[in-house]
Amino acid sequence: MSADAHTNHGHDDHAHGHGHDDGRDHGSMKSYMTGFVLSVILTAIPFWLVMGNVIQNKNWTVAIIVAFAVVQIFVHMIYFLHMNASSDGGWTLMALIFTLIVVVIALAGSLWVMYHLNVNMMPVHDMRNMP
Amino acid sequence: MSAPTQTMSGEAPVFYVADEHDHPPGQSTMLGFWLYLMSDCLIFAMLFATFGVLGTSYAAGPGPKDLFDLKLVALNTAMLLFSSITYGFAMLEMQKGNKSGTQMWLAITGLFGLAFLCIELYEFHHMIHEGAGWWRSAFLSSFFTLVGTHGLHVTFGIIWLVVLMVQVSKFGLIEANQRRLMCLSMFWHFLDVVWIGVFTFVYLMGVVR
Repeated sequence: MSADAHTNHGHDDHAHGHGHDDGRDHGSMKSYMTGFVLSVILTAIPFWLVMGNVIQNKNWTVAIIVAFAVVQIFVHMIYFLHMNASSDGGWTLMALIFTLIVVVIALAGSLWVMYHLNVNMMPVHDMRNMP
Repeated sequence: MSAPTQTMSGEAPVFYVADEHDHPPGQSTMLGFWLYLMSDCLIFAMLFATFGVLGTSYAAGPGPKDLFDLKLVALNTAMLLFSSITYGFAMLEMQKGNKSGTQMWLAITGLFGLAFLCIELYEFHHMIHEGAGWWRSAFLSSFFTLVGTHGLHVTFGIIWLVVLMVQVSKFGLIEANQRRLMCLSMFWHFLDVVWIGVFTFVYLMGVVR
């Protein structure tokens, strides 16, 4: 299995009915291996940070592992899911962006609202009202 | 344009091609499947939001530090990551038209997926055995819902994978089977992306907090 023998003929190889090029990238050995190595690194570092208690400041640890997660999600999208702006005439990317907007609104909204509910509406233990 | 099709004024009529090009079967399947994945992504986002809201409501019960074994989670993550790359190898073999190679890598992917499921079920069993089931606190309810939904997706992914292996062995790497394998490839990698969120936000952040 040579690395570059089948790098470029991915599209020509399976001449199945498609009248025109759909802009989809089917990946190569190189892209899969790049994605895999990057993923291993981006997974190992957060686990090492948390299991080894490397950074004393908890907020910094959380910020760093979230940053690693975001980078790894992009790595998976590019190298494993072969996302690019031109596949299916850009509709794939469009759907993704729309989903991300909805996800960000839902996540940020839920966390924000519920946090303030917790802070402002914590039951006050007022002994005067006790029977 | 010949004479009979000309209008009274002598101009050639204008025809609009209603269907500009052929739509072979399955041409839009990948886009449709991607839209399904995005809706699935919304389900997981809502479950993540639920966990984010309820994840610290322990009801005086056990917290993440008491329950989570990060070594087990790291092993689980490795299983899923290996299954992702072996599925990639299966796709490369498929592109080369190598049926037996595709089947071999698919089988290896299925085994890694099965290992992931077994480790997760062992973890769940261990937690429930200690009395930390989904009934114990809001944290555990949202934990089991989120991680359980992901596990359920992996289960169905493995069933789908076995079905496709039977299809490939019966009909070979025909165009329809290639399309199905590409859909499962997207599904499988998508589950790995969701797992990145799970191990970061549920396990690692739970233990740090």
